[in-house]
Amino acid sequence: MSFKKTLNAVPPLCLRIVADCPVTKARACDLTLPHCTVSTPVFMPVGTQGTLKGITVDQLEGLGCQICLGNTYHLGMRPGPELIEKAKGLHGFMNWKRNLLTDSGGFQMVSLVELSEVTEEGVKFKSPYDGKEILLSPEKSISIQNSLGSDIMMQLDDVVSSTVRGPRVEEAMHRSIRWLDRCIAANKHPEKQNLFAIIQGGLDAELRKACLDEMTKRDVPGFAIGGLSGGEEKDDFWRMVTLSTDHLPREKPRYLMGVGYAVDLVVCVALGCDMFDCVFPTRTARFGSALVPWGSLQVKQKQYAKDFRPIDPDCHCPTCKRHSRAYLHALFKSDTAAMHHVTIHNIAYQLTLMRSVRQSIVEGRFPEFIRTFMKRMFSSRDQYPSWAVEALASVNVTFE
Amino acid sequence: MAGCRMKLELSQVVQGRGRLGLLQEIGRMGQHSLDIPGCLLYTHLGSVPHLTQDALHTLLSLPAVTQVTLSNMAEHQEVLEEFKGGFKKFAGLHDTVLYCSLHDPAAPCPTGHTTNKTVSVWGSGGRIELKVDKFMALQKTVQPDWYQSMADGETWQTSTTRKRVRKSVDRTLAHLDECLMVHQKSQELDGVGVFGVVEGGDILEERVRSARETAKRPVAGFCLDGFQTGAMDQALRSQLITAVTKELPEDKPRLLQGVGRPDEVLACVEAGVDLFEGFLPFQTTERGCALCFSFDVTLDPESAGTATLTVPDEEQHTPRETQPNRDLNWDNQTHTTRFEMNLKHKRFQDDFRPLVEGCGCYCCRNHQRAYVHHLLVTNELLAGVLLMIHNTSHYHSFFRAIREALANNKMDLLRRRVLENGKE
Ligand SMILES: [Zn+2]
Ligand SMILES: [Zn+2]
Repeated sequence: MSFKKTLNAVPPLCLRIVADCPVTKARACDLTLPHCTVSTPVFMPVGTQGTLKGITVDQLEGLGCQICLGNTYHLGMRPGPELIEKAKGLHGFMNWKRNLLTDSGGFQMVSLVELSEVTEEGVKFKSPYDGKEILLSPEKSISIQNSLGSDIMMQLDDVVSSTVRGPRVEEAMHRSIRWLDRCIAANKHPEKQNLFAIIQGGLDAELRKACLDEMTKRDVPGFAIGGLSGGEEKDDFWRMVTLSTDHLPREKPRYLMGVGYAVDLVVCVALGCDMFDCVFPTRTARFGSALVPWGSLQVKQKQYAKDFRPIDPDCHCPTCKRHSRAYLHALFKSDTAAMHHVTIHNIAYQLTLMRSVRQSIVEGRFPEFIRTFMKRMFSSRDQYPSWAVEALASVNVTFE
Repeated sequence: MAGCRMKLELSQVVQGRGRLGLLQEIGRMGQHSLDIPGCLLYTHLGSVPHLTQDALHTLLSLPAVTQVTLSNMAEHQEVLEEFKGGFKKFAGLHDTVLYCSLHDPAAPCPTGHTTNKTVSVWGSGGRIELKVDKFMALQKTVQPDWYQSMADGETWQTSTTRKRVRKSVDRTLAHLDECLMVHQKSQELDGVGVFGVVEGGDILEERVRSARETAKRPVAGFCLDGFQTGAMDQALRSQLITAVTKELPEDKPRLLQGVGRPDEVLACVEAGVDLFEGFLPFQTTERGCALCFSFDVTLDPESAGTATLTVPDEEQHTPRETQPNRDLNWDNQTHTTRFEMNLKHKRFQDDFRPLVEGCGCYCCRNHQRAYVHHLLVTNELLAGVLLMIHNTSHYHSFFRAIREALANNKMDLLRRRVLENGKE
């Protein structure tokens, strides 16, 4: 394919802005990565251990997914970078033909592993499998991600909880900048693997701004907004997001980490973010929670036992085309396939939502889309979360 | 009674016993057919375990008959009654023949609950006791194409006396008569086939009596019950089944319950069995194993069994000597057999071959042993999905091989090939 040849000659990422929303900061882009072009705004499902919760790669591709996530911490432990390299990278190992993004492993380490200690060298922790002490340095993280062969790699950052304040936040911000430089230097495959920087600075506007100034001086292919979505007030959250997008270069993709609730997605697209990921849609599916335009539907609840409608009559996913709420309700008592049905529906919901968002941006009617979306999601105007109303007002979208 | 119009056309009867043929015009609309010897599609509530319909339909040539169990159906009776359209429509199964059996062949079924008037089934919420009116009301709501009549199959325990066996035969015949009485008066069940159940434990005379009596009733086919793996050894099973099938009419199918092991399947085909329940792929999947036994009779003996050459090793091949009259050895069913490989084993960690070389299933076309191993050790749901696809494909191909062997007079070679599995 001649397309592939030209790709090798240019940097492994190209962002083309297809449309800018004339009212908000939203934009629709074509993000070309080594394995295919991604239409943004995009939601990226999370396949932690090289698999997406019971869904085959063909099913995921069938749903129109162009990029999904793998977790460096998990894959680095099992099956390990050497094995994945032998399997021709994570793409080969899981036989996924489209794009992959991997995180740095740092976040999981701090959140999952109790005994972790952060020094200038890196993050030290005890392996939960054999108890051995392991150091995850910026170089090590990039080395694992190079073995995984992801299309987008994330820098190792010094993660502090978004609810922490004070000097630790500043220290983490400065350290993340130093680690970014070490990550850039460590990347063995800059011609085929993109490295994204992660903006830190907690909920402190000045620290965020300082981090933005420093990191945007580096010629990285893209930026992530990190250190948010960890239990902070939504009022703080959206202000940090919009501050970040105000200072990020227009010509590079912006990835808001760990965000995946429908309302958050729509608001943060309006604030100028392009990429999102979250385990929520797939995790919640396994408990029988189906995402719908009016919120969610708990398939396992008794009220659906005799409800013979599909989860969402307007949804075109394979689950809604074939099965009723009542059948899924019954199947949850008998077989794991019930979870897969809801997982498929939830991924379809997220991807369809983002496609509709994009379409409305391209057609210049995104503000109208937001109003319709909110109206469907909440039963009345006074149910709208105030942070969302404020955030949207900041980008000129108001409600009657 | 406007009965079930199914026709069984036998194209070959090998050694007077092994039957090759085609069941035609099955299903209430008569639009399906099924090759025999054959195997039903095993499901949980109409869903092949772990598989969505998309995943299932990566498999080519699925059997035309899907099995559901009354133990699954009974707890949803109220829902199905309100739905009205029958179970097939309820489960989104558009194009299949539905067979409703009493019990799940892959789930333990406690004994001591059958009476002269009732049978008991176990759903997710516990035991449900069924009298004939409730049983028949269920069949009317489920609307299967075939169903198994009520039966007392509690004859496989060590302590089963001759008297108890005789009682089970009598009871089962009485149950059948009651079911047929209601059946014939029910318009909703017009065109639906009833399978009568042959009991008799391990007592030859009782088996023959049960078969003879059942054959006198207007049934569409026969279930051979109480022969499940663990209930008796294969020599006795073969002997009894041979005696039973002699008593049964040529033109009706014989479905053997609870037997799935490849070597036992072959012996039972030769004893005159037509249909089997396809639960083995599920049990194998739950063990984290992939079926890999060779059944290719086109190869010369030297190069046969390419896939299995890598398999044998001591720890995974725990030959299951079946112990007659033991409490149905459920613990055995959690052990790896010599017909499969345990992909949890460390040596598959860096094995980049497909599960079985040359297998055309979705799993083998797309994934490697190392990946499935990884999914198993990390407890990922996709492991069950991929294994179930492969195991179902492998098992149904085995039945195709049986039919080819019958057609080409190669049953001896096939039996040898299957028995070679797991032996150095
Ligand atoms: Zn859907
Ligand atoms: Zn296969």
